[in-house]
Amino acid sequence: MSERRVELDVLRYNPETDRAPHFQRYSVPCREEWVVLDALNHVKENIDPTLSYRWSCHMAVCGSCGMMINREPKLACKSFLRDYQGVIRVEPLAHFPVERDLVTVIDDFVAKLARVKPYLIPKEPKALEAGEYRQTPAQLKRYKQFTLCINCMLCYAACPEYGLIPKYLGPAAIALGHRWNQDSRDGGRDQRQEELAATEGAWECSFVGACSEVCPEHVDPAGAIQQVKIRSTVDWYLEHTMPWLTK
Amino acid sequence: MSRKPYVREMTSEWITRHPRYLRYLLREFSCLFIGGWTLMMVWGLARLAQGPAAWAAFLETLQSPASIVLQALALAFAVYHAVTWFNLTPKALPVQLGDEFVADGVISGAHFAVWGLLSLVVLLLAGAF
Repeated sequence: MSERRVELDVLRYNPETDRAPHFQRYSVPCREEWVVLDALNHVKENIDPTLSYRWSCHMAVCGSCGMMINREPKLACKSFLRDYQGVIRVEPLAHFPVERDLVTVIDDFVAKLARVKPYLIPKEPKALEAGEYRQTPAQLKRYKQFTLCINCMLCYAACPEYGLIPKYLGPAAIALGHRWNQDSRDGGRDQRQEELAATEGAWECSFVGACSEVCPEHVDPAGAIQQVKIRSTVDWYLEHTMPWLTK
Repeated sequence: MSRKPYVREMTSEWITRHPRYLRYLLREFSCLFIGGWTLMMVWGLARLAQGPAAWAAFLETLQSPASIVLQALALAFAVYHAVTWFNLTPKALPVQLGDEFVADGVISGAHFAVWGLLSLVVLLLAGAF
Protein backbone atom coordinates (compact mmCIF):
# COMPACT_ATOMS: atom_id res chain seq x y z
CA MET A 1 0.00 0.00 0.00
CA SER A 2 1.52 3.29 -1.10
CA GLU A 3 1.95 6.10 1.42
CA ARG A 4 2.69 9.75 0.83
CA ARG A 5 2.65 12.91 2.90
CA VAL A 6 0.20 15.71 2.43
CA GLU A 7 0.41 19.17 3.89
CA LEU A 8 -2.79 20.67 5.25
CA ASP A 9 -3.24 24.35 6.04
CA VAL A 10 -6.13 24.31 8.49
CA LEU A 11 -7.89 27.42 9.73
CA ARG A 12 -7.78 27.46 13.51
CA TYR A 13 -9.85 29.61 15.81
CA ASN A 14 -10.08 29.26 19.56
CA PRO A 15 -12.78 31.63 20.87
CA GLU A 16 -11.21 31.58 24.33
CA THR A 17 -7.76 32.75 23.31
CA ASP A 18 -7.80 34.00 19.70
CA ARG A 19 -8.93 37.39 18.46
CA ALA A 20 -8.99 36.14 14.87
CA PRO A 21 -8.51 32.82 13.05
CA HIS A 22 -5.11 31.79 11.71
CA PHE A 23 -3.79 28.95 9.59
CA GLN A 24 -1.89 26.03 11.06
CA ARG A 25 0.14 23.63 8.93
CA TYR A 26 -0.04 19.86 9.49
CA SER A 27 1.98 17.23 7.68
CA VAL A 28 0.08 13.96 7.45
CA PRO A 29 1.16 10.55 6.14
CA CYS A 30 -1.73 9.37 4.02
CA ARG A 31 -2.88 6.42 2.02
CA GLU A 32 -4.06 6.38 -1.58
CA GLU A 33 -7.70 5.90 -0.63
CA TRP A 34 -7.82 8.60 2.05
CA VAL A 35 -10.13 11.56 1.94
CA VAL A 36 -9.55 14.93 3.63
CA LEU A 37 -11.62 13.76 6.59
CA ASP A 38 -9.21 10.83 7.13
CA ALA A 39 -6.32 13.31 7.23
CA LEU A 40 -8.16 15.48 9.77
CA ASN A 41 -8.92 12.39 11.87
CA HIS A 42 -5.22 11.50 11.73
CA VAL A 43 -4.32 14.99 12.95
CA LYS A 44 -6.87 14.78 15.75
CA GLU A 45 -5.75 11.33 16.89
CA ASN A 46 -1.99 11.63 16.47
CA ILE A 47 -0.83 15.22 16.18
CA ASP A 48 -3.21 17.75 17.71
CA PRO A 49 -6.24 16.61 19.73
CA THR A 50 -7.46 20.21 20.05
CA LEU A 51 -8.54 20.39 16.40
CA SER A 52 -12.34 20.71 16.18
CA TYR A 53 -14.55 19.77 13.24
CA ARG A 54 -17.88 18.07 12.64
CA TRP A 55 -18.25 14.67 11.10
CA SER A 56 -20.29 11.55 11.52
CA CYS A 57 -20.98 9.07 8.74
CA HIS A 58 -17.86 9.26 6.52
CA MET A 59 -20.06 8.34 3.53
CA ALA A 60 -21.64 11.55 2.23
CA VAL A 61 -24.97 10.90 3.90
CA CYS A 62 -25.03 12.88 7.14
CA GLY A 63 -23.96 16.25 5.72
CA SER A 64 -21.84 17.15 8.76
CA CYS A 65 -18.34 17.54 7.33
CA GLY A 66 -18.93 20.39 4.89
CA MET A 67 -15.90 22.70 4.72
CA MET A 68 -13.96 24.86 2.29
CA ILE A 69 -11.26 22.74 0.69
CA ASN A 70 -9.00 24.82 -1.52
CA ARG A 71 -11.70 27.53 -1.43
CA GLU A 72 -14.47 25.25 -2.73
CA PRO A 73 -17.31 24.00 -0.51
CA LYS A 74 -16.86 20.24 -0.23
CA LEU A 75 -17.71 17.32 1.99
CA ALA A 76 -14.41 16.34 3.62
CA CYS A 77 -15.48 12.69 3.41
CA LYS A 78 -15.93 12.91 -0.35
CA SER A 79 -12.72 14.79 -1.20
CA PHE A 80 -9.92 12.38 -2.04
CA LEU A 81 -6.43 13.57 -1.15
CA ARG A 82 -5.11 12.07 -4.39
CA ASP A 83 -7.14 14.66 -6.33
CA TYR A 84 -5.19 17.54 -4.80
CA GLN A 85 -1.71 18.85 -5.53
CA GLY A 86 0.45 20.76 -3.07
CA VAL A 87 -0.73 22.17 0.22
CA ILE A 88 -4.47 21.66 0.82
CA ARG A 89 -6.20 24.61 2.42
CA VAL A 90 -9.00 23.60 4.78
CA GLU A 91 -11.35 26.26 6.18
CA PRO A 92 -14.79 26.31 7.79
CA LEU A 93 -17.74 26.74 5.42
CA ALA A 94 -17.80 30.26 3.99
CA HIS A 95 -20.60 32.68 4.95
CA PHE A 96 -21.17 31.14 8.37
CA PRO A 97 -19.73 32.45 11.67
CA VAL A 98 -16.90 30.31 13.02
CA GLU A 99 -17.65 28.68 16.35
CA ARG A 100 -14.24 27.03 16.71
CA ASP A 101 -11.70 25.83 14.12
CA LEU A 102 -13.74 24.17 11.34
CA VAL A 103 -17.00 24.21 13.28
CA THR A 104 -19.49 26.83 12.10
CA VAL A 105 -22.60 28.33 13.68
CA ILE A 106 -25.51 26.95 11.67
CA ASP A 107 -28.43 28.42 13.64
CA ASP A 108 -29.36 30.72 10.75
CA PHE A 109 -29.84 27.84 8.33
CA VAL A 110 -31.75 25.72 10.83
CA ALA A 111 -34.14 28.61 11.56
CA LYS A 112 -34.68 29.25 7.84
CA LEU A 113 -35.33 25.59 7.18
CA ALA A 114 -38.08 25.59 9.83
CA ARG A 115 -39.66 28.69 8.24
CA VAL A 116 -40.40 26.89 4.93
CA LYS A 117 -42.30 24.14 6.77
CA PRO A 118 -40.39 21.22 5.24
CA TYR A 119 -42.95 18.59 6.09
CA LEU A 120 -46.21 17.25 4.73
CA ILE A 121 -49.19 19.55 5.25
CA PRO A 122 -52.04 17.32 4.02
CA LYS A 123 -54.67 18.81 1.73
CA GLU A 124 -57.36 17.42 3.99
CA PRO A 125 -57.02 15.70 7.34
CA LYS A 126 -57.34 11.98 6.86
CA ALA A 127 -58.16 9.44 9.53
CA LEU A 128 -55.57 6.74 10.10
CA GLU A 129 -58.04 4.01 9.20
CA ALA A 130 -58.66 5.69 5.82
CA GLY A 131 -55.26 4.33 4.77
CA GLU A 132 -52.07 5.75 3.35
CA TYR A 133 -51.63 8.64 0.96
CA ARG A 134 -51.10 7.09 -2.45
CA GLN A 135 -48.72 8.37 -5.05
CA THR A 136 -47.81 7.24 -8.58
CA PRO A 137 -44.16 6.85 -9.70
CA ALA A 138 -44.62 9.92 -11.91
CA GLN A 139 -45.84 11.98 -8.96
CA LEU A 140 -42.84 10.82 -6.94
CA LYS A 141 -40.44 11.64 -9.77
CA ARG A 142 -41.72 15.22 -9.79
CA TYR A 143 -39.96 16.06 -6.51
CA LYS A 144 -37.67 13.11 -5.78
CA GLN A 145 -34.34 14.82 -6.54
CA PHE A 146 -35.06 17.46 -3.89
CA THR A 147 -35.52 14.78 -1.23
CA LEU A 148 -31.85 13.90 -1.62
CA CYS A 149 -30.75 17.11 0.17
CA ILE A 150 -28.66 16.24 3.24
CA ASN A 151 -28.63 19.78 4.73
CA CYS A 152 -24.85 20.00 4.39
CA MET A 153 -25.02 23.73 3.58
CA LEU A 154 -22.40 23.59 0.84
CA CYS A 155 -24.88 25.51 -1.31
CA TYR A 156 -24.96 28.35 1.21
CA ALA A 157 -21.17 28.51 1.23
CA ALA A 158 -21.14 28.61 -2.58
CA CYS A 159 -23.82 31.30 -2.88
CA PRO A 160 -22.44 34.87 -3.03
CA GLU A 161 -25.98 36.21 -2.60
CA TYR A 162 -26.21 34.55 0.79
CA GLY A 163 -22.77 35.84 1.72
CA LEU A 164 -23.69 39.40 0.76
CA ILE A 165 -27.30 39.33 1.98
CA PRO A 166 -27.49 37.03 5.01
CA LYS A 167 -31.26 37.46 5.36
CA TYR A 168 -31.68 35.62 2.03
CA LEU A 169 -33.57 32.37 2.65
CA GLY A 170 -30.98 30.49 0.63
CA PRO A 171 -30.78 27.52 -1.76
CA ALA A 172 -31.43 24.45 0.41
CA ALA A 173 -34.35 25.95 2.36
CA ILE A 174 -36.07 27.07 -0.86
CA ALA A 175 -35.41 23.73 -2.56
CA LEU A 176 -36.87 21.86 0.41
CA GLY A 177 -39.94 24.12 0.55
CA HIS A 178 -40.37 23.56 -3.19
CA ARG A 179 -39.95 19.81 -2.66
CA TRP A 180 -43.12 19.73 -0.55
CA ASN A 181 -44.97 22.10 -2.87
CA GLN A 182 -44.30 19.63 -5.69
CA ASP A 183 -45.64 16.72 -3.66
CA SER A 184 -49.09 15.53 -4.82
CA ARG A 185 -50.08 14.70 -1.22
CA ASP A 186 -49.32 18.18 0.06
CA GLY A 187 -51.63 21.17 0.37
CA GLY A 188 -49.37 23.61 2.23
CA ARG A 189 -48.16 25.72 -0.68
CA ASP A 190 -50.04 28.86 0.37
CA GLN A 191 -48.39 28.73 3.79
CA ARG A 192 -44.93 28.30 2.32
CA GLN A 193 -45.33 30.99 -0.31
CA GLU A 194 -45.07 33.73 2.31
CA GLU A 195 -41.45 32.71 2.77
CA LEU A 196 -40.56 31.30 -0.65
CA ALA A 197 -42.06 34.05 -2.80
CA ALA A 198 -40.85 36.91 -0.60
CA THR A 199 -38.15 39.38 -1.62
CA GLU A 200 -35.81 37.61 0.77
CA GLY A 201 -36.95 34.27 -0.62
CA ALA A 202 -36.52 33.20 -4.22
CA TRP A 203 -36.34 36.78 -5.53
CA GLU A 204 -33.02 37.45 -3.81
CA CYS A 205 -31.47 34.87 -6.13
CA SER A 206 -29.75 36.19 -9.26
CA PHE A 207 -29.10 32.69 -10.61
CA VAL A 208 -25.38 32.30 -10.08
CA GLY A 209 -26.07 28.56 -10.20
CA ALA A 210 -23.17 27.72 -7.88
CA CYS A 211 -25.49 25.98 -5.39
CA SER A 212 -26.35 23.25 -7.87
CA GLU A 213 -22.74 22.89 -9.02
CA VAL A 214 -21.38 22.20 -5.54
CA CYS A 215 -24.21 19.98 -4.28
CA PRO A 216 -22.66 16.62 -3.33
CA GLU A 217 -26.01 14.87 -3.84
CA HIS A 218 -26.68 16.39 -7.28
CA VAL A 219 -29.77 18.21 -6.11
CA ASP A 220 -30.62 21.25 -8.21
CA PRO A 221 -31.54 24.06 -5.80
CA ALA A 222 -30.93 26.69 -8.50
CA GLY A 223 -33.61 24.98 -10.59
CA ALA A 224 -36.01 24.86 -7.65
CA ILE A 225 -35.53 28.58 -7.02
CA GLN A 226 -36.25 29.52 -10.64
CA GLN A 227 -39.34 27.30 -10.60
CA VAL A 228 -40.53 29.07 -7.45
CA LYS A 229 -40.01 32.40 -9.22
CA ILE A 230 -42.08 31.30 -12.21
CA ARG A 231 -44.89 29.92 -10.04
CA SER A 232 -44.91 33.10 -7.95
CA THR A 233 -45.08 35.25 -11.07
CA VAL A 234 -48.02 33.24 -12.37
CA ASP A 235 -49.68 33.59 -8.94
CA TRP A 236 -49.21 37.36 -9.05
CA TYR A 237 -50.70 37.73 -12.51
CA LEU A 238 -53.64 35.48 -11.74
CA GLU A 239 -54.33 37.38 -8.54
CA HIS A 240 -54.18 40.79 -10.21
CA THR A 241 -55.74 40.07 -13.58
CA MET A 242 -58.11 37.20 -12.87
CA PRO A 243 -58.92 37.36 -9.16
CA TRP A 244 -62.07 35.28 -9.68
CA LEU A 245 -59.86 32.33 -10.68
CA THR A 246 -57.87 32.35 -7.48
CA LYS A 247 -60.87 32.42 -5.16
CA MET B 1 -17.33 28.51 28.60
CA SER B 2 -18.63 31.51 26.72
CA ARG B 3 -19.27 31.55 23.01
CA LYS B 4 -17.55 34.06 20.77
CA PRO B 5 -18.30 33.16 17.15
CA TYR B 6 -16.00 34.84 14.67
CA VAL B 7 -17.64 36.41 11.63
CA ARG B 8 -15.37 36.48 8.62
CA GLU B 9 -16.12 39.54 6.53
CA MET B 10 -16.99 38.77 2.93
CA THR B 11 -14.56 40.40 0.53
CA SER B 12 -14.41 40.39 -3.28
CA GLU B 13 -12.26 37.24 -2.90
CA TRP B 14 -15.29 35.12 -3.91
CA ILE B 15 -15.04 36.31 -7.51
CA THR B 16 -11.75 34.48 -8.03
CA ARG B 17 -12.69 31.42 -5.97
CA HIS B 18 -13.91 29.55 -9.03
CA PRO B 19 -14.29 30.44 -12.75
CA ARG B 20 -18.09 30.05 -12.43
CA TYR B 21 -18.27 33.31 -10.46
CA LEU B 22 -16.40 35.21 -13.15
CA ARG B 23 -18.68 33.73 -15.81
CA TYR B 24 -21.68 34.80 -13.75
CA LEU B 25 -20.36 38.37 -13.40
CA LEU B 26 -19.68 38.49 -17.15
CA ARG B 27 -23.30 37.51 -17.75
CA GLU B 28 -24.50 40.18 -15.34
CA PHE B 29 -22.23 42.89 -16.78
CA SER B 30 -23.45 42.09 -20.28
CA CYS B 31 -26.48 44.25 -19.41
CA LEU B 32 -24.28 47.37 -19.51
CA PHE B 33 -23.35 46.73 -23.16
CA ILE B 34 -26.84 45.62 -24.17
CA GLY B 35 -28.37 48.61 -22.34
CA GLY B 36 -25.83 50.94 -23.97
CA TRP B 37 -26.68 49.61 -27.41
CA THR B 38 -30.41 50.09 -26.72
CA LEU B 39 -29.76 53.72 -25.70
CA MET B 40 -27.87 54.15 -28.95
CA MET B 41 -30.95 52.97 -30.85
CA VAL B 42 -33.13 55.47 -28.94
CA TRP B 43 -30.64 58.17 -29.83
CA GLY B 44 -30.87 57.05 -33.48
CA LEU B 45 -34.67 57.34 -33.37
CA ALA B 46 -34.35 60.88 -32.02
CA ARG B 47 -31.93 61.75 -34.84
CA LEU B 48 -34.33 60.21 -37.38
CA ALA B 49 -37.12 62.46 -36.09
CA GLN B 50 -34.88 65.49 -36.62
CA GLY B 51 -34.74 64.95 -40.37
CA PRO B 52 -32.63 63.36 -43.13
CA ALA B 53 -29.44 65.33 -42.40
CA ALA B 54 -29.41 64.36 -38.73
CA TRP B 55 -30.11 60.72 -39.65
CA ALA B 56 -27.26 60.67 -42.16
CA ALA B 57 -24.91 62.12 -39.55
CA PHE B 58 -26.02 59.42 -37.09
CA LEU B 59 -25.32 56.68 -39.64
CA GLU B 60 -21.91 58.15 -40.25
CA THR B 61 -21.13 58.16 -36.53
CA LEU B 62 -22.08 54.48 -36.40
CA GLN B 63 -19.40 53.71 -38.96
CA SER B 64 -16.54 55.16 -36.94
CA PRO B 65 -14.01 52.53 -35.74
CA ALA B 66 -14.83 53.19 -32.07
CA SER B 67 -18.52 52.69 -32.75
CA ILE B 68 -17.89 49.46 -34.64
CA VAL B 69 -15.75 48.12 -31.78
CA LEU B 70 -18.46 49.00 -29.25
CA GLN B 71 -21.16 47.39 -31.36
CA ALA B 72 -19.08 44.24 -31.83
CA LEU B 73 -18.62 44.12 -28.05
CA ALA B 74 -22.35 44.62 -27.49
CA LEU B 75 -23.11 41.83 -29.95
CA ALA B 76 -20.62 39.48 -28.28
CA PHE B 77 -22.09 40.19 -24.85
CA ALA B 78 -25.66 39.81 -26.14
CA VAL B 79 -24.80 36.42 -27.65
CA TYR B 80 -22.98 35.36 -24.45
CA HIS B 81 -25.96 36.40 -22.33
CA ALA B 82 -28.47 34.67 -24.59
CA VAL B 83 -26.49 31.42 -24.86
CA THR B 84 -25.76 31.14 -21.12
CA TRP B 85 -29.35 32.06 -20.31
CA PHE B 86 -30.91 29.59 -22.74
CA ASN B 87 -28.60 26.88 -21.42
CA LEU B 88 -30.16 27.47 -17.98
CA THR B 89 -33.76 27.16 -19.21
CA PRO B 90 -34.06 23.41 -18.49
CA LYS B 91 -33.61 24.22 -14.78
CA ALA B 92 -36.38 26.82 -14.74
CA LEU B 93 -38.80 25.04 -17.05
CA PRO B 94 -38.57 21.29 -16.53
CA VAL B 95 -41.19 19.38 -18.48
CA GLN B 96 -42.36 16.01 -17.21
CA LEU B 97 -44.03 13.64 -19.64
CA GLY B 98 -45.34 10.57 -17.84
CA ASP B 99 -42.62 9.16 -15.59
CA GLU B 100 -39.70 10.96 -17.21
CA PHE B 101 -38.48 14.51 -17.61
CA VAL B 102 -37.84 15.81 -21.12
CA ALA B 103 -34.07 15.94 -21.81
CA ASP B 104 -32.37 19.25 -21.02
CA GLY B 105 -31.10 19.58 -24.58
CA VAL B 106 -34.63 19.50 -25.97
CA ILE B 107 -35.75 22.40 -23.76
CA SER B 108 -32.71 24.61 -24.35
CA GLY B 109 -32.68 23.51 -28.02
CA ALA B 110 -36.28 24.68 -28.42
CA HIS B 111 -35.28 28.09 -27.06
CA PHE B 112 -32.34 28.30 -29.47
CA ALA B 113 -34.61 27.29 -32.37
CA VAL B 114 -37.18 29.98 -31.54
CA TRP B 115 -34.36 32.51 -31.11
CA GLY B 116 -32.99 31.64 -34.56
CA LEU B 117 -36.44 31.77 -36.12
CA LEU B 118 -37.29 35.16 -34.60
CA SER B 119 -33.90 36.54 -35.66
CA LEU B 120 -34.64 35.39 -39.19
CA VAL B 121 -38.06 37.09 -39.13
CA VAL B 122 -36.49 40.32 -37.89
CA LEU B 123 -33.85 40.19 -40.63
CA LEU B 124 -36.58 39.50 -43.21
CA LEU B 125 -38.65 42.46 -41.98
CA ALA B 126 -35.52 44.61 -42.07
CA GLY B 127 -35.07 43.64 -45.73
CA ALA B 128 -31.75 41.88 -45.21
CA PHE B 129 -32.51 39.27 -47.86
